[in-house]
Amino acid sequence: MSHEATTGQAHAAHAHLDSHGHAHAHGHEHHEQHFIQKWIFSQDHKVIAKQYLISGIIWAVIGALFSVFFRLQLGFPEDTFPIMEKFLGHWAKGGKLTPEFYYALVTMHGTILVFFVLTAGLSGTFSNFLIPLQIGARDMASPFMNMLSYWFFFISSVIMFASLFVQTGPAAGGWTTYPPLSALKEASLGSGLGMDLWLISMALFVVSQLLAGLNYITTILNMRTKGMKMTRLPLTIWALFFTAVLGVLSFPVLLSGFVLLIFDRHFGTSFYLSEIFIGGKALSHIGGSAVLYQHLFWFLGHPEVYIVMLPGMGMASEILSTHSRKPIFGYLAMIISLTGITALAFVVWAHHMFVTGMSPFLGGIFVLLTLLIAIPSAIKVFNWLTTIWRGNLKFTVPMMFALGFVSLFISGGLTGIFLGNSALDIHLHDTYFVIAHFHLVMGVSAFFGMFAGIYHWFPKMFGRFMNNTLGYIHFFITLAGAYLIFWPMHYEGFAGMPRRYYDYSAWESFKQFGHLNAFISVVVIVVFFTQLLFVFNFFMSIFKGRRVTNPNPWGSTTLEWTTPIHPGHGNWEGDIPEVYRWPYDYKDDGQGNDFVPQNIPLKPGEEEH
Amino acid sequence: MSGLIVTALVVLVFIVIYQIAKASELATILRGEEKVKSQTNRLMAWLMVAFFVLGMIGIFKCHESLIDKMLPESASVQGDHYDTMLIVTLVLTGFVFFVTQLLLFYFIYRYQSTENRKAFFYSHNNRLEVLWTTVPALALVVLVVIGLKNWFTITDKAPDNAMVVQVMGKQFNWLIRYPGADGVLGKTDFRLMNDANNVMGLDWNDPAAKDDIIVENGEMHIIKDLPVHLVINSRDVIHDVGLPHFRMKMDAVPGITTTMWFTPKFTTDEMKAKTHNPNFVYEISCDQMCGKGHYSMRGTVIVQTGQEFKEWMAKQPAYYANVQKAATPETAVPAEGAAPTAPATDSTAHKAADGTTAHN
Repeated sequence: MSHEATTGQAHAAHAHLDSHGHAHAHGHEHHEQHFIQKWIFSQDHKVIAKQYLISGIIWAVIGALFSVFFRLQLGFPEDTFPIMEKFLGHWAKGGKLTPEFYYALVTMHGTILVFFVLTAGLSGTFSNFLIPLQIGARDMASPFMNMLSYWFFFISSVIMFASLFVQTGPAAGGWTTYPPLSALKEASLGSGLGMDLWLISMALFVVSQLLAGLNYITTILNMRTKGMKMTRLPLTIWALFFTAVLGVLSFPVLLSGFVLLIFDRHFGTSFYLSEIFIGGKALSHIGGSAVLYQHLFWFLGHPEVYIVMLPGMGMASEILSTHSRKPIFGYLAMIISLTGITALAFVVWAHHMFVTGMSPFLGGIFVLLTLLIAIPSAIKVFNWLTTIWRGNLKFTVPMMFALGFVSLFISGGLTGIFLGNSALDIHLHDTYFVIAHFHLVMGVSAFFGMFAGIYHWFPKMFGRFMNNTLGYIHFFITLAGAYLIFWPMHYEGFAGMPRRYYDYSAWESFKQFGHLNAFISVVVIVVFFTQLLFVFNFFMSIFKGRRVTNPNPWGSTTLEWTTPIHPGHGNWEGDIPEVYRWPYDYKDDGQGNDFVPQNIPLKPGEEEH
Repeated sequence: MSGLIVTALVVLVFIVIYQIAKASELATILRGEEKVKSQTNRLMAWLMVAFFVLGMIGIFKCHESLIDKMLPESASVQGDHYDTMLIVTLVLTGFVFFVTQLLLFYFIYRYQSTENRKAFFYSHNNRLEVLWTTVPALALVVLVVIGLKNWFTITDKAPDNAMVVQVMGKQFNWLIRYPGADGVLGKTDFRLMNDANNVMGLDWNDPAAKDDIIVENGEMHIIKDLPVHLVINSRDVIHDVGLPHFRMKMDAVPGITTTMWFTPKFTTDEMKAKTHNPNFVYEISCDQMCGKGHYSMRGTVIVQTGQEFKEWMAKQPAYYANVQKAATPETAVPAEGAAPTAPATDSTAHKAADGTTAHN
């Protein structure tokens, strides 16, 4: 195998100066660390990545369980489920979910999945894990700040979790928490203490994301190893870089929106409130605008969907290429399209607000900008398809998930063209069509990217493999389940069936979907248990999985596979390898291998890609 | 106890599945990894083909069983344009969907790893990139043009002959107001609102308010073929006037007045005949999450002929006259210059009226 040669060469080829002062971090010089320092308050990016991943998995199980609960209500509005009373107590007395808690569950499901799982759990895990390993750095620019970012996330998680148990229930105004509903205690039970905790938790979450994002950007820009030009970065790093840029530029706006909301709730201001009569009283607030909050929220809210999407795009690109034994097609076009998506992500937010009564002219501008995003997205899809065209496809579990990612991204992405076109959005807005659209594209598809990444880098994380058979079962049930759940929802959306309804049986226009709702709920339960199987596989494999014997098990070209099987803090035992070529040299190396790692110097006469 | 047993069972099942999976892993090593890998690879390629075929059959079946359950044809003139645009977009995106998914699954099958397959080193082709940048761009131009044309038509000013109706959302129902004989909606002020005798905060100093008619059960009557101009706002939180049959929707925001207009094409009775459903009714759904009763915030629209509407309207008393008649000495409509804050008795009346305190 060439990997021994590879690492050997890397060590011998150059005397790389560790310019960033991390000499202390070299694994082999390391003295034994205390358990707390090593595993809890760790500054090792790999440990922090695992902390993010495991926190994300725990949150994902909670968030998914909530969806099972509210799907039981939606699928079987007439029935009672005593098991729900066990979990939810008085919120489901006699096994019947109350409307208040139904809305709380819907809200928490969205908050948890979007922020805690698909933001912190996804880019938190893979940015931390892959950035130093793939760019050739011993750690992040500021390992301490990195640790802080996780612990801010942790505190934010604890507060959010605690909010589930307050007497008036957690926030229940939807994950978007539009005021006045979220601003006034009188408007909803969930707008009491639960909402305060939600806001505090989210504010801390934003702090965590900013600390993390600044660190990722700095690390990528400043700490690349010798020879690692920006145009030699793997697409994962490009994607994670843009993810961080999006977060750093848009999260502060969200924070400002939240701060104003806190002021309106407690300090008598009227940023979002005007002319309200509620609870038998006319409030004194005048002059605010409820729509202002929506602008502030969606200024993050829309980039947020790309924060969720881009890491999956990057990882899918990397994995499709590796397991097709073929370079990614159109590397530069991929970077340009990522840039395009990132830039456009900031100027499309108001397409969430076409029916708020905003100026039709402004609406028209946002239609134009929104539909422009379809172009870089289309470029990516065609490039992925061309990547597997005439490849030598190895259907490993990560490859299956990456292929599933592409299929789901197409299905979910195309419906965005409906919703981005304001005239069509009028009827489809806030219906099940929207649910189908964003669950396919930024829900399941992003999850498929994440799963692909977990299966692919698990050997690097834990020195063991996850079980393949369980992986395949997980893949097929989840893929089929995703389509079975969300495909029919498009039809419900065409019929105008609104989102966030507790019960449809009183509606002449929507009650005909009763059987369909029951069917969807059954699939949801099956898919939920399949995810538990994945969680089980994950944790069992950490301890019992098949051991990795080859440091580069997938025959990959990127730098993370030049580290030892169990890299210490500092990643490389000797010098950091130098980089000589682009990350997708999947070609004959002249020694019987079908790939040439980035740290192999060009042969005499060989031209760089 | 039963919960514990269920949990234990689930864990047990997982352990069994894991052990089987683990055993297959060991068997792999015994039987020679390479051989098993190539078998698995072939199996996966075929499973993906099967998935694609079953998926396409599923899409067809799904379409067949759900198409009749969708909304009937659009009941407004604007909705017709909407439906045309929807179909154009569906055909276009549907085509892209089938072609790209077909390519994806075909490539999966066609280029599965075999013993002597070598991947083709093909890193870029700028011509191709330009091709699949411009073709989608052109398709999108078509969609944007159709979309904006419809958008600006729909959001344009309502015609002068349109009937004006106000829709006000509150937790959790709709209040409908007609301008009365003078054709002018009277002034309102939210500080004048109370649930006992001024649900929409009409200003009795304004003569135009005195003949206004309020329908408190969320039943909106409109006339076939006559454009209706809805003036929309909210009393408390954000609601949304959703009219699926007319393909219309607009938020109701406190402190901000929004509008929309459309021309109904069929009376409710005609729709009953068209859908063969004697219970057919046009519904107003709240499409913006507004609290615990969001799902029950149902209004109705009754589309009538001009004559029927006139007859119905003649029976509606003006709100002012109505509350005057019902007034007892304590809750009588205050004379000129009503106090901005509602009297204490109103809050109890409110609670009783819409049951917002029913759950605690």
